[in-house]
Amino acid sequence: MPTVSLQVNGKSVTREVEGRTLLVQLLREHLGLTGTHVGCDTSQCGACVVHVDGCSVKSCTMLAVQAEGTEVTTIEGLAAADGTLHPMQAAFREHHGLQCGYCTPGMVMSAVDLAQTHGHLDEKTVREGLEGNICRCTGYHNIVKAVLAGAEAMRAGVPKAAE
Amino acid sequence: MYAFEYHRPTTLAEAARLASGNEDAKILAGGQTLIPTLKQRLAQPSDVVDLGAVAELRGICEDGDTLVIGATTPHAEVAASAVVQRLIPALAKLAEGIGDAQVRNRGTLGGSICNNDPSADYPAALVVLGATVHTTTRKIAAEDFFTGMFETALEPDEIVTAVAFPKPGKAAYVKFPNPASRYATVGVFVAEVGGQVRVAVTGAAPSVYRWTEAEQALAGGLDPAALDGLTVDPDGLNADIHASGEYRASLVKVMAKRAVAACV
Ligand SMILES: Cc1cc2nc3c(=O)[nH]c(=O)nc-3n(C[C@H](O)[C@H](O)[C@H](O)COP(=O)(O)OP(=O)(O)OC[C@H]3O[C@@H](n4cnc5c(N)ncnc54)[C@H](O)[C@@H]3O)c2cc1C
Ligand code: FES
Ligand code: FES
Repeated sequence: MPTVSLQVNGKSVTREVEGRTLLVQLLREHLGLTGTHVGCDTSQCGACVVHVDGCSVKSCTMLAVQAEGTEVTTIEGLAAADGTLHPMQAAFREHHGLQCGYCTPGMVMSAVDLAQTHGHLDEKTVREGLEGNICRCTGYHNIVKAVLAGAEAMRAGVPKAAE
Repeated sequence: MYAFEYHRPTTLAEAARLASGNEDAKILAGGQTLIPTLKQRLAQPSDVVDLGAVAELRGICEDGDTLVIGATTPHAEVAASAVVQRLIPALAKLAEGIGDAQVRNRGTLGGSICNNDPSADYPAALVVLGATVHTTTRKIAAEDFFTGMFETALEPDEIVTAVAFPKPGKAAYVKFPNPASRYATVGVFVAEVGGQVRVAVTGAAPSVYRWTEAEQALAGGLDPAALDGLTVDPDGLNADIHASGEYRASLVKVMAKRAVAACV
């Protein structure tokens, strides 16, 4: 069986996997990082989004072995070591950007990438940028509010209270 | 997914050797089409040859009046490239409109054209601009490359290495996206190439094609009204749950007029 070596949330990891093992299976089943969800398993919903070398990708549509030598960040890797939420996570809580929470890890990971790519965000950019993330609960309105606030907080370097 | 042997070559020569003479081997680029296909057990390759570590296949460069894009360059990189935006802005915009951010971060130019999905965006760009597909063994003109629905002129063990796009005059691509996937229900690319207006249509028929009647109508200049008198025959066009042949026929004209109007 092939082995794959990568960084996951800052830690070096080497595991034996099958060629067909998906990245999301490596994360959830081999490493116990169950914050990354599988919603559709058909590349549509974005519940499985993680960062690979800083870019958001659907981890259900990538083989674990394709992540060889990369740095992967999952939702578990966003908060500070003392548990302080990442500004984007804090903004989702503050602005009620979630209901059942199933889509939330993927939403947050996509949103962080979007904010890092664009810096300042406007509503249109957020709605287009979240094209690959589906939420069955919220109607997106508060998600968009949360991402706009989270992006500003990331720029300012501090969490921002709801308006 | 059925089990397979995974290979991660670091040079094109090694990748070509692994693919050659093995009909059951499959090339893996961004995986955005191949991995879903494997998950559904619609393919059972014995070997998967991943191009992800072959550095020479990725990148964008300007070669005189030609833009050369490596086969494994992801859509997001094409969309964000200052070189593409300067030489062929309509191509950068096309790449920006593919799928969603995560698909654009993984999906590649080579994977898109080798798959030749009837609703894919890139084939319209290659055909309208008269691009050349470079492979491990030869150079293929775009119009000879796309041969039918999900079919290309590639031999089973041939690898696409790059695509060379001549710089056009005015050009624009406009599509009517499928609201879920963003694939082109119909997409029309209009461009001035070598002093002539060319029109390529994707999404409407089993494979990309040039709409020659529209090209003739536009010979006098890029005026959307020049297309008013044309009709598109729905016979032989794609019909599925997303759109009927009649609807696609109507969209071809509407998208073409919008593309002409958007030409810059
Ligand atoms: C949710 C979703 C939305 C999408 N929306 C759009 C859209 O709006 N517009 C659009 O055009 N596309 C869309 N796509 C498809 C996307 O653009 C893919 O990137 C593309 O179809 C395949 O590219 P890939 O690099 O992922 O190829 P892969 O999936 O890795 O490979 C596809 C096929 O090409 C072969 N192949 C790949 N590279 C080479 C090569 N260099 N030489 C020879 N053979 C090769 C493989 O063997 C395989 O058969 C979407 C996909 C998804 C999942
Ligand atoms: S589980 Fe990966 S996109 Fe839905
Ligand atoms: S909060 Fe329930 S799916 Fe988005």
